[in-house]
Amino acid sequence: MASTNDPFQFQEFEEAGNLLEANRNATTISIEDDDIIPEKQRQAAGFSPDDEDALASDDKTELLSGLKKSVPFWTFEYYQRLFDVETHHVKERIIGSVLPWPGKNFIHVYLRKTPDLYGPFWICTTLVFAIAISGNISNFLVHLGKPNYKYTPEFQKVTIAATAIFSYAWLVPLALWGFLLWRNNKIINLVSYSFMEIVCVYGYSLAIYIPAVVLWILPYEWLRWCTIVVALCLSGSVLVMTFWPAVREDHPKVIIAIMSAIVVLNVLLAVGCKTYFFSKPQALPADKSAAIEVTKAPSTT
Amino acid sequence: MATAAEEEANRPFAGLSDVSISEDIPVEGDISVPVGPSARRDDEFSTLDEPVKETVLRDLRAVGKKFVHVLYPKRSTALLRDWDLWGPLLLCVTLALLLQGGAADSDYQGGPQFAEVFVIVWFGSIIITINSKLLGGTISFFQSLCVLGYCILPLTVAMAVCRIVLVAGSGSVSFAVRLVVVTASFGWSTFASTAFLADSQPANRKALVVYPVFLFYFVIGWMVLTFSPSQ
Repeated sequence: MASTNDPFQFQEFEEAGNLLEANRNATTISIEDDDIIPEKQRQAAGFSPDDEDALASDDKTELLSGLKKSVPFWTFEYYQRLFDVETHHVKERIIGSVLPWPGKNFIHVYLRKTPDLYGPFWICTTLVFAIAISGNISNFLVHLGKPNYKYTPEFQKVTIAATAIFSYAWLVPLALWGFLLWRNNKIINLVSYSFMEIVCVYGYSLAIYIPAVVLWILPYEWLRWCTIVVALCLSGSVLVMTFWPAVREDHPKVIIAIMSAIVVLNVLLAVGCKTYFFSKPQALPADKSAAIEVTKAPSTT
Repeated sequence: MATAAEEEANRPFAGLSDVSISEDIPVEGDISVPVGPSARRDDEFSTLDEPVKETVLRDLRAVGKKFVHVLYPKRSTALLRDWDLWGPLLLCVTLALLLQGGAADSDYQGGPQFAEVFVIVWFGSIIITINSKLLGGTISFFQSLCVLGYCILPLTVAMAVCRIVLVAGSGSVSFAVRLVVVTASFGWSTFASTAFLADSQPANRKALVVYPVFLFYFVIGWMVLTFSPSQ
């Protein structure tokens, strides 16, 4: 490594600075060395320059470039780092996932290398209970007035909702991350996402479904389909815009396969939840409910 | 003279083992290093001999004192300092028992089973505690469990009131009354627990810690409200 103070070092310094803007992941060791080494040479009194520079550059690199020490995943501190968010961060991320803007990649704009687990976990939990409770209320409203209907809280559906949503929010990112890692070995990508970032995007993209699910309480089929379409568009576009830069350089068939898989799984989750938890509302008013019951009985879940 | 000086030097130490203190050098106070506060040492010796009723009543009184703290929540450290898990256990069992006997005849799609209530209350509290510790809270694990468990008291009281109202009838009037009671007690629970927990978090994360508590009591309130008796 160069350790002289000649004017050529400044040209290198500028190049390193440009590289840093293009790719935030670039190591900044060369910049820090350029800063420290002239100082060290001014202050040094007979130290062997290599050792001193190596140590100082390591420390300064860490502190000044903000790179975090990697902590093993079985320590509490690892997870504490994943909860290092404040209230306004979470609010911004939720709004960013609900209102996607073309060109604004969720990971680059909102996460900025600090994914959190708070959002995905609590959004998934809220969605689980929202689906179970809304489904219960909508079933109650649909069957209201029928003489032989006995209201049950249907608490077992919470378990089913939890399994579906948590497996979507955790297993699909795992599969996607594994697949992207595999493709990265074949095709060099400038953009690569860590597992936590993908989990974060998927978790926050589910946030739009919470108001949608609450709207599904009202027993109007057209309203339910409208809200499903709107929610699918918003959440699907967040996911597609986030993953587009990661697969852009790949083979066109692979791009289509990944994008359609992301969208199809999203659609499956939304339509599946709607079908399973929300029974079909009656088409005719309640005074003909006796006749409707006979014909609708085989079709309601 | 040397022996007298030695004797005098030895006297303070001798005075400890003696019940009667030497008349030459009155030793005041106790120069031994106590292992713990001397009052507690006396207690530990005497609790073995006290009647069982006294022991049980002492714990019950501590639990009752904490109930009063929950019912009139103000920022006090009493709940946090002497945490215990008897109160939460008592409340959880009572709530789970009161939630039985509902559509629990043979209809499996009924209300929550006894074990489900337990799981929701205890795992919910544990997850909220872990969440608050990950966000950098200064409260300890068991203190947080204790606070969350004790603040279920208003909802348990609401459950008892709901069952009494349901005995009278189960029409829409009774539903309206139950809705009001459950909403009020849910608000009370959330307010009481945040009064204890809010101090342990930095200001920019308070909402992040309060929201899971809100969700937790909302779900328990939902279980209380949707209890329907078997007819």
